[in-house]
Amino acid sequence: MDTLAHASPVEHGPSLGQRLAARGFDAVTLLVVPAAIFSLLLFVYPFAFGFVLSFEPKAGGDWLANYRRFFSDAFLYDTIANTLWLAIPVTLVNLLLAIPIAFRVRLMRNQRLLTTILVLPITLGTVLVAEGLLNYLGPQGWFNRTLMTFGLISQPLKLVHNYWGVFASLVITGFPFTFLLTLSYVTGIDPALEQAAATLGASAWQRFRHVYLPLLMPGLAITFCLSFVQAFSVFPSAVLLGEPAGSTRVISIAAAQAAFEEYDYSMGSAIAMIMGFVQLAIVVAVLASRGLFYRGPASGAKG
Amino acid sequence: MIRDTTIGAKLWAAAVWATIGFFVLNLIAMIATVVTSSFATRWLGTWLPAGWTTRWYTSAWSEFQLWDVLVVTFQVIAAVVFISGALGVTAAYALARRDFPGKRLLVLLFLLPLLIPPMTFGIPLATVLYQTGLAGTFWGVVAANLVPTVPFVILVMIPFIEQIDPKVEAAARVFGANTFKLFIYVLLPLLLPGILAALLLVLVRTIATFELTFLVAGPTSQTLVVALYYAVFAAGVRAVQSIDAMAVIYMVTTLVWLIIALRFVNPTQIVTRAKQQPAH
Repeated sequence: MDTLAHASPVEHGPSLGQRLAARGFDAVTLLVVPAAIFSLLLFVYPFAFGFVLSFEPKAGGDWLANYRRFFSDAFLYDTIANTLWLAIPVTLVNLLLAIPIAFRVRLMRNQRLLTTILVLPITLGTVLVAEGLLNYLGPQGWFNRTLMTFGLISQPLKLVHNYWGVFASLVITGFPFTFLLTLSYVTGIDPALEQAAATLGASAWQRFRHVYLPLLMPGLAITFCLSFVQAFSVFPSAVLLGEPAGSTRVISIAAAQAAFEEYDYSMGSAIAMIMGFVQLAIVVAVLASRGLFYRGPASGAKG
Repeated sequence: MIRDTTIGAKLWAAAVWATIGFFVLNLIAMIATVVTSSFATRWLGTWLPAGWTTRWYTSAWSEFQLWDVLVVTFQVIAAVVFISGALGVTAAYALARRDFPGKRLLVLLFLLPLLIPPMTFGIPLATVLYQTGLAGTFWGVVAANLVPTVPFVILVMIPFIEQIDPKVEAAARVFGANTFKLFIYVLLPLLLPGILAALLLVLVRTIATFELTFLVAGPTSQTLVVALYYAVFAAGVRAVQSIDAMAVIYMVTTLVWLIIALRFVNPTQIVTRAKQQPAH
């Protein structure tokens, strides 16, 4: 072996191209370059730029001035609590509704009609849902009118321009997303595992609690994170359906205002960085707790 | 299949169906409200409007300059679909066929724009685009919209390319096809269903992408959804019915493409990023 390694690699060794190809670099690999350059230019560079900019306050002062301003001004730091107060309950409601429904729908033979209906609010987008709910949930809207006809309430509920309007819009756009994601995880579990449990006399609740739930936990953690991230970045419906100066002044409103109304890009970037950090902290916490649960194949084994 | 026949199980099933029904009913009623209002002459304090008219469509069309907005919207979408297809499919091919150092890092780089919400990277991105003078222009809007769509195409296409047997390509090479011919005569026909599906999903998502366009669009580069946002935001300036008429036009544009898309893709693909394993 030793003599082989010494035998003049310059004369007989493979060319640079061949050596690179052996490690996976050849003409085909180069096809990834345009997309990578694009991603560096339009994603990594702006992000890094914004990060640096956030430490260069527009009004002068030391490098932490933006962050200090954010955490000393209640009108700014309250936006974190406002956002979490919307995003966490909405995500939990969506997830808790999605699980039993996914378990029921999994048994359906023709799921396509239901999934198509549920895809509607996602494709229509948050702006349209906000605009529709303004009419529908308004004091003269069909929702209040129906409740009053049935005698459930005596005067219209106030459901728009407050917390509940935004909550409703996040459920309408968020629930289908959570549900479809959950459904894809639920249908990925081999039903033979449940049948085995049923054969051994497990009740429906026991089958869910001891067979499905542990297998589903990693998927549910990811579903929670993706749904949470969507709810956390709520913007158009918080402006249109909520009270953007009060209880639904979410962090993305604060960031957009700083950047595009006060033209303080430095502060805007700082708030965007704080937003990203809070989000990341929650996602990491949820994914870390996933390690406490079962991890392994969910497709069952023959034998 | 296991059938539970106890009363508790039946009640539970009924409750679950009732929840689904309640959700779907509210969803349809919400959409119906918008459509009804757009055809209403006067609608105050009653179940149904006093009369019906189509004049709000002509007034919305001229008030909001919808023709210009629609042209811009479709130009932006066409550019986004074409560029994200070109960049995404080539990159996905390289990632699916080759294993090289740093590949995992690259995949993570392509995953991040899909995991980080648009508001978080949109503000720094808009700042950079304003400083380069691109913001407010057509290409600024296209560039911002491409950030999540290129990774989306890559992630949808990777599993699709992986399932095509590399021996087919090797055979074409043996018979003397160069890379270009290989792509045109072998790969493209095989990949066409996947590319079509990915690009339709990009199209449907781009119509509804609000935040990124909102942050970088100028007066002449607004897409339909941003114009709708501004119209609702300035509610009171114009008749509610006029805004609703615009919302219906927006809905129709979206739904036409959604129906086309649903012929080729599974509805769940609009939500989940990659191809799901088939259910057992």
